[in-house]
Amino acid sequence: MNAAPLEIDALLEIDALTVEYATRGAPVPAVRAVSLRLQRGGTIGLVGESGCGKSTLALAVLGLVPPPGRVAGGTLRFEGRTLTGLPERDWRRLRGERIAIILQDPTTALNPVWTIGAQLAEMFRWHRPSLGRAEVRRAMVAMLDRVGIAQPERRLRSFPHELSGGMRQRVAIACALILSPALLVADEPTTALDVTVQAQILDLIRTLRTEHGTALMLISHDLGVVAEMCDQVAVMYAGRIVEFGPTAVVLQQPRHPYTQGLLSSRPSLLRPDLELTPIPGAVPDLAHLPDGCAFRTRCKLAEPRCAEAVPPLYPVAEGHAAACVRVQ
Amino acid sequence: MTALLEVEGLGRTFAAPGGWLAGAGRLLAVDRVSFSIDRGETFGLVGESGSGKSTLGRMIGRLLAPSAGSIRFAGQDWLALRGTALRAARAQVQMVFQSPYASLDPRWPIGAIVAEPLRTHRPSGRAAERQAVTQLLESVGLDAAMMHRFPHQLSGGQRQRVAIARAIALEPALLIADEPVSALDVSVQAQILALLREIRAAHGLAMLFISHDLSVVAYLADRVGVLYRGRLVEVGPSRALFAEPLHPYTEALLEAIPGNPRRRQARAAAIETATDAGCSFAPRCPYARDICRRVAPELTEISPGRSAACHRITQAWC
Repeated sequence: MNAAPLEIDALLEIDALTVEYATRGAPVPAVRAVSLRLQRGGTIGLVGESGCGKSTLALAVLGLVPPPGRVAGGTLRFEGRTLTGLPERDWRRLRGERIAIILQDPTTALNPVWTIGAQLAEMFRWHRPSLGRAEVRRAMVAMLDRVGIAQPERRLRSFPHELSGGMRQRVAIACALILSPALLVADEPTTALDVTVQAQILDLIRTLRTEHGTALMLISHDLGVVAEMCDQVAVMYAGRIVEFGPTAVVLQQPRHPYTQGLLSSRPSLLRPDLELTPIPGAVPDLAHLPDGCAFRTRCKLAEPRCAEAVPPLYPVAEGHAAACVRVQ
Repeated sequence: MTALLEVEGLGRTFAAPGGWLAGAGRLLAVDRVSFSIDRGETFGLVGESGSGKSTLGRMIGRLLAPSAGSIRFAGQDWLALRGTALRAARAQVQMVFQSPYASLDPRWPIGAIVAEPLRTHRPSGRAAERQAVTQLLESVGLDAAMMHRFPHQLSGGQRQRVAIARAIALEPALLIADEPVSALDVSVQAQILALLREIRAAHGLAMLFISHDLSVVAYLADRVGVLYRGRLVEVGPSRALFAEPLHPYTEALLEAIPGNPRRRQARAAAIETATDAGCSFAPRCPYARDICRRVAPELTEISPGRSAACHRITQAWC
């Protein structure tokens, strides 16, 4: 890889990335000028509600934004190499090998007419064509065993429908991590699962990630999941990052009114008597965002100056920033 | 207080998936469930997918016939009601479902959706009906002008408000809410939860609140029942149950919640072998002993208001 000057250990550098979806009218930007950095082996959580752009951002990192969507601006660098504008065949070499993804629904992520063995072998067929059958088989069995699937030799011949939801997600994780990628993107990996199964899958992702030194970009609407899995968190609203920082700090001392609203929207198991203070209104239509700060129409603290310009991320403390004029 | 709803030994079996080709299997979705709800009380029902919580809700709402057991509602035999008597009684028990997309007819304007129960049960003049709809929409935080819109023009949160307005139109004594906020964004969830609390206080209605989300149940419920594989394994006051769970399954649920101080390394899932004998949680239970695999524990009162179906609790092992 040609080494451009870069931050030590920066694995992923996203700079002012904009992703648009073409519509009959003007293109609708789903991700707007988002910048992020992820260290090698680091963990970052992207949180936000539906339509905030978190999943589109995740897909952009894998070069998988579906048409009519397209990356309309900004750059994406991975292991020092610029990925924006990369031809599809180069993307294919990268996906699965260096960057892998697991999705919310393991049922649709796996091919229903392929055995588990065939899906795993596919990874080797693409990326390690020289490896012999016996070696591939040994690696597959070892990986299924690592993700906690009993009788892995037998399971290689199973079809996805023969497994439970939790087992399927384990298989999806096995497919994603079998070639030891440097980055795992996980888009709501446990949202479709029961809470006890979710706990097992989170434990599994954490263990494997630590063992392989894989960096993690976790997309979730659940602040609890992000708190548990990620050192850093980016809160997204209407396509932009509105707050960024160490997870513990952001969750305990949120500075953006949206982050504050999200946190006080969740009832506490231990203090159920606390009244919730919901954010009024609903997530805005991306095609018709208000001028200035996109959150101002729902914000209790909005002032006239909020309408003037989109607030940039103002530093709050070391590594913590919030896009709110009140922080300035 | 007198019990509004008394459920006794309720059960429901389904033909096992796979049909006759797979052999004549029967699936026990709900098994000998008993509990009661007082007037004005909110009873939370928690459990994971397949635990039978929705089946239970549908049986109480008389959308599904039980295979065993009895239900008494306001002193009458709820399952014996037929015809006109049943129709009249239905006004007393209303439901709100998970998906506000599937539960509203897309071809009907909001006004007609909310007015339908009124037209069916308490027909009145056009003007009176319009006034009632206006009041109902406003009571759930919607603008009265919404009555002319169609469901597709509303957001998920607004649709759920419409579903709630329809459910409270007849001032029922019991509202069955089956995962009413699970399909909504976090900020909208909070709005609906706050609305349900408001409505409960304003109308004094009792609620059967079904959810997989323990925090949400803790927020609304006075008492909670925990379902596992069709059986109630623990019942108790919400606060006490979440602070000091008795049943190992309740404990496991609480330990699985991300971000919860109780969160622990998840226990490996045991290979689930369906056994007829013994406690259905025994294969996953860290405390299981021989008796657990032989004898199914009954739901037993441990202290006033608190029950659990667990040999460890009833026999006081450590």
